[in-house]
Amino acid sequence: MTATTTAKSGVRSVPGAPLLELENVKMHFKTKGDGFFARGTKWVQAVDGVDLTISPGETVGLVGESGCGKSTTARLVTRLLEPTGGQIRYQGVDIAHMNERQLRPYRREIQLIFQDPYSSLNPRHTVGTIVGTALRTHDMVPKSGELKRVQELLEVVGLNPEHYNRYPHEFSGGQRQRIGIARALAARPKIIVADEPVSALDVSIQAQVMNLLESLRKELGIAFVFIAHDLGVVRHFCDRIAVMYLGRVVEEGPRDSLYEKPQHPYTQALLSAVPDIGVVRGVPPKNRIRLVGDVPSPVDPPSGCRFRTRCWKAQDICATEDPALIERAPAQRVACHFAEPPAESILAETA
Amino acid sequence: MLLYILKRVLSAISVVIVTLVASFALFFLAPTDPAGVICGPRCTPERLADIEASLDLNEPPINQIGAYMKGIVVGREYSSGGTVRECAAPCLGYSYTLGQPVTKLLGAALPVTISIVLGGAVVYLVVGILTGTIAAQVRGTSLDKLVVGSTLVVQSIPYFVFALLVALYATFLPDSGYHPFTDNPLTWASGLLAAWLCVGLTNAAAYTRYSRASMIEALGQDFVRTASSKGISRRRVVYRHGLRAGLTPVVTIFGIDLAFQLTGAIFTESIFNLPGLGQLTLRAFGQYDLPVLMGGVLIGSVVLVVMNLVVDIAYTFLDPRVRLG
Amino acid sequence: MSDQSIQAPHTVSRVPRTPAANEEAYLEVSDLQVQFPTADGLVRAVQGLSYSVPLRRTLAIVGESGSGKSVSSMAVMGLHDRRVARIAGSIKVGGREIVNMSDKELEGYRGGDAAMIFQDPQSSLHPYFTIGDQIMESYRAHNNVSKRKAKDRAIDMLGRVGIPNPRRRVDQYPHEFSGGMRQRAMIAMALVNDPKLLIADEPTTALDVTVQAQILDLISDLQRDFGSAVVFITHDLGVVAEIADDILVMYAGTAIEHGPVNKILGEPLHPYAWGLLESIPALTGEPQPLHPIPGSPPSLLAVPTGCPFHPRCEFKDRVGGDLCTTLKPDLIPRTGDLGRTSRCHLKEPDKVFETEVLPRLP
Repeated sequence: MTATTTAKSGVRSVPGAPLLELENVKMHFKTKGDGFFARGTKWVQAVDGVDLTISPGETVGLVGESGCGKSTTARLVTRLLEPTGGQIRYQGVDIAHMNERQLRPYRREIQLIFQDPYSSLNPRHTVGTIVGTALRTHDMVPKSGELKRVQELLEVVGLNPEHYNRYPHEFSGGQRQRIGIARALAARPKIIVADEPVSALDVSIQAQVMNLLESLRKELGIAFVFIAHDLGVVRHFCDRIAVMYLGRVVEEGPRDSLYEKPQHPYTQALLSAVPDIGVVRGVPPKNRIRLVGDVPSPVDPPSGCRFRTRCWKAQDICATEDPALIERAPAQRVACHFAEPPAESILAETA
Repeated sequence: MLLYILKRVLSAISVVIVTLVASFALFFLAPTDPAGVICGPRCTPERLADIEASLDLNEPPINQIGAYMKGIVVGREYSSGGTVRECAAPCLGYSYTLGQPVTKLLGAALPVTISIVLGGAVVYLVVGILTGTIAAQVRGTSLDKLVVGSTLVVQSIPYFVFALLVALYATFLPDSGYHPFTDNPLTWASGLLAAWLCVGLTNAAAYTRYSRASMIEALGQDFVRTASSKGISRRRVVYRHGLRAGLTPVVTIFGIDLAFQLTGAIFTESIFNLPGLGQLTLRAFGQYDLPVLMGGVLIGSVVLVVMNLVVDIAYTFLDPRVRLG
Repeated sequence: MSDQSIQAPHTVSRVPRTPAANEEAYLEVSDLQVQFPTADGLVRAVQGLSYSVPLRRTLAIVGESGSGKSVSSMAVMGLHDRRVARIAGSIKVGGREIVNMSDKELEGYRGGDAAMIFQDPQSSLHPYFTIGDQIMESYRAHNNVSKRKAKDRAIDMLGRVGIPNPRRRVDQYPHEFSGGMRQRAMIAMALVNDPKLLIADEPTTALDVTVQAQILDLISDLQRDFGSAVVFITHDLGVVAEIADDILVMYAGTAIEHGPVNKILGEPLHPYAWGLLESIPALTGEPQPLHPIPGSPPSLLAVPTGCPFHPRCEFKDRVGGDLCTTLKPDLIPRTGDLGRTSRCHLKEPDKVFETEVLPRLP
């Protein structure tokens, strides 16, 4: 076993290891079979072999359509789920199968922000209690300093600190999301996993929350795993982006190369499908790729490359050989037998 | 589907067996003296011993349960004072106090209770669902408030008071009494009318409230709005699209309610003098008539598991999204 | 899995938009008011809304939650419960007045001349009836035909909206369809009676982006075939840019900007529209900081006096006196261009946009 050092908080770490590392992480959910003795039990391969590395202060985006496994990945990283395979290493220490007691110090350092600010706050608790509970759970401040710290946190997320004794329903949707952020910040985390944090908000409010997250990232140096289906939002916020399809990462790379020179056919189709306001203001792209049909069932994914059933480039090899995620351009990894950048720009070019 | 039903029947049988064993054990642990009751006040020790022997009361409880179960499946024999009585399967024993086979007693009482409960159910389903659906459509108006208010009043009257009121004041109704349906359906119905009204009206209050709440939810659904946007009549929107969705949860409640009513119509039977299951078991309870009580328990648990199964199967017909293997 | 073969390369081209035609309006809304009396007070959901849509054109109504975009379209469909909503003004469809129409007339109008597609195809289709049953019901409500004929029509419509194997699919239940297929079925149901007016209320919001692209293409194609007037309600300006000819921006129950889509999105003249554009991250170029609109939309119980946007407007100091807080501006042409209108007191908004807003757009 590698030598580890243990911090005062109880978090062990391997010197020099990345902040967070997912290696071949799998999450297969069991569905009840219809046979007599649970015969025909099937496994939903929600996440099937995801590799991902996150450095301190880095923001990594996960994009993909419903059923691609991005939200399951969020629950695995925060260890709300125990993976059925692979390793989740936090500072070099595998936390994939730790029990609740062992996890405690890690829970403090990895926080989660939810999509729905309505259902993720207890309606019977005041904002002060909600944020204060997070402080107390992790013994962040002595009891006497709790109120002061709660008010500081409310101020950080742009809420009136005098409103600590109000209830969630007295706030608007955007303000409620700010409460959720304050709760996550209470633990002074090193990583925040944000699962569709702005999808439920109106456009003007969405931008306010995005700016808040951005300033927190810059000022506090927190690393983010940012999950969203809106490709514009992800691009705005993230340094590096991983595109997921049917439980796998199909392409991963730095923001600019991924959006400008996507190499996986699915990434190209995804970007091509985004309705872009740029078509009015600039030069619209000549041709757009349209995918046919729907995402196959994760219970019985296609053999070989999982995208082949909807891919216009598919050949015989795609059905037999599962393409590995390999580096095709600097820091850009693609899982496709026929990866290549598009001939023409996929997105509208602003004049 | 067949496989599912088979699975459910097997699990239902095990539930019934566990219930029987548990009830048996409870009755025997209780400080009762059935032989003493049968023997009466002028009892000699010899006669008491004879009775105990004839009822197997000397055997350890485990053997008694075994014999009882065996009786249900293959029948058994009872010997009493030298005579042997044959009891064919399904044998539930002889009543200690009435001396008749329990199956015969239950067979006489069950049609009475079923008649009361099913007839009452027709009344409360029709009245309750209709009133509830109408109230849901006029939600917030004074008619709606009147409906909700009356259901509250009816529900707050204890059932036996309501039943007594019906028995005392509704004298224009035909006299109560049980006449088998097979003899004359008309006299059957007229003898049960008072009981039906009583069961029907009290439960109608609850069903009005269930249906009202369920319909308000259903009418607020997106698919009801879609139906309205098609240009079909309001009545069709409410009764085809809304009611279909709104009734499904009511069916669940109805199934379980029916099971409880079948085993617990004691008040109705006593007040309207109908010799049903409730009266039979109540009398048996007062006299430590164990075989009859056990018969009542058996019927009750069978009815409950069967109704649960019926509700689940009914659900697959009501809601195509539910697939039973 | 798809039953269709995959062509290579599978691409679509954008059809250039026709310039604004001076066609006669099929849908004409004038001074529409929709109010809901509640225990907390009067909710003024729509205030003095006017617009028109000719056949073969698509108007996008854009706004955030509570802007009145859905409420106004429900009024156009005659879907408001009259015991709950107070509706005033005029809605003319093909020359017929919808406001105060009798229930019987409304039944003939809904689903016949005008049809609607809803946001969530999962909850908008009845879970207990087959897809075919629901389409047939719509068809038979307006056509006196046999079940057999109606079913043939349903199968035909399912085929037209791109559902593979419609003969088998017609007898399936909604839960047996994928999200995109459900929305196609919903569209088939809406178009079964060849409506002249189609209202699409956020029809792609609940869908994934690749499926959304399919559905947007489908709606455009079908509009060309059916020649109907389309009102497309959305909050997504990207979708608007893809599908609409004209755009109406709503805020707090009022239209604040109206005109051809390239003008309104290319050179908007209202500070609220500027704020929206500044809130949307771009897909190309170096990411710029977003300039969100401060605060949140007002409660419809207490819409601000004067311009409803003034409490959130960063340009209100440029207008002399207390005009913005006391007088609601009219929806009028603001530049030489008569084809577009906007509701703002600001002088020379085109110059403000050019010099101050455009440079900081993401």
